[in-house]
Amino acid sequence: MTVSAPASPRFADALLAGARACIPVVISVAAYGLVWGVLARGAGLSTLEVLLMSGLVFAGSAQFVALDLWTPVPASLPIGPLVLAALIVNLRYLLLTATLRPLFRPETQGRGVMAMFFVTDETWAITVSAMAKGKASAAFLLGGGLLTYSSWLATSLVGHALGSAIDDPSRYGLDFAFTATFLALLLGMWKGKGDIVPWLVAALTAIVSARLVEGSWYILIGGIVGSLAGALAERLRHAD
Amino acid sequence: MQISPEALIAILGMALVTFVVKAGGLLLANRLPEHGFAANWLRHIPGAVLAALVAPALMTGSAAEAIAAAATALVFILSRNLLLAMGMGVVVVYFARLWLVG
Repeated sequence: MTVSAPASPRFADALLAGARACIPVVISVAAYGLVWGVLARGAGLSTLEVLLMSGLVFAGSAQFVALDLWTPVPASLPIGPLVLAALIVNLRYLLLTATLRPLFRPETQGRGVMAMFFVTDETWAITVSAMAKGKASAAFLLGGGLLTYSSWLATSLVGHALGSAIDDPSRYGLDFAFTATFLALLLGMWKGKGDIVPWLVAALTAIVSARLVEGSWYILIGGIVGSLAGALAERLRHAD
Repeated sequence: MQISPEALIAILGMALVTFVVKAGGLLLANRLPEHGFAANWLRHIPGAVLAALVAPALMTGSAAEAIAAAATALVFILSRNLLLAMGMGVVVVYFARLWLVG
């Protein structure tokens, strides 16, 4: 019996299940894609530049930061700072994609590396909460990733074309969609008292470092310190 | 439809570092042991990162965001429905801002 993944109905089912599970977050991704496209037009990006950046970089927060640094005059475009900012803003993905290891067997690692291109905060969060329930797979991740990718690409192009229709997502309360989604996902991850220490330490560390450090470092700092605190707390409990 | 060489280099550079970081997490995880301290650490990362994402956003928000966060949490705990909870959060924050500002 051969199991050739791409053609099997189970693969297609899991792909669709992943896409379906990501619909709630894709709505907010689409709203931000529109806004990013509109702002990109203001920053002087051409249609082709929008297509390439959303299509090849595919990282929302890094793309927003890039608009801050972008100049319409090619000679003065700060290439180094643009690349460094993307690296720093995206460093948190080291933590996110590390947790996706159980989805890939050693022999599928090559394909796993390619699939990482489609991972975003949103699809990662949906996939990880599905993993906790034993419902996630590589195809599930890819399904959510492809839906998110096509929405981001399409809406950033539409936003660029619209120009100035939606300038401020906070006017419609859409800026809260991310916080609300992440809050609900966090609550869905509750497994028991063992989560109190890492969550509390992560939250407090993030709040303090968000005030002390510029940019999105607080996510990385809070995530590392909180998860280490959780592992440390488990070691102390077992030592008793 | 045009692009300067500078813009192309910048975008390709951004794409490369983004992919390297995303793929790097998976590859580094494959070198870590499956049990013990490192495994426990990895298991706690998702919740900790989510808590780190959410907490500052809630702290820096106004009373409107706090009310909307409470509504989101309540709806999610009662319904276990992510879309419903997110929708409730957006609607509540919209009206709470109108009400608090106006």
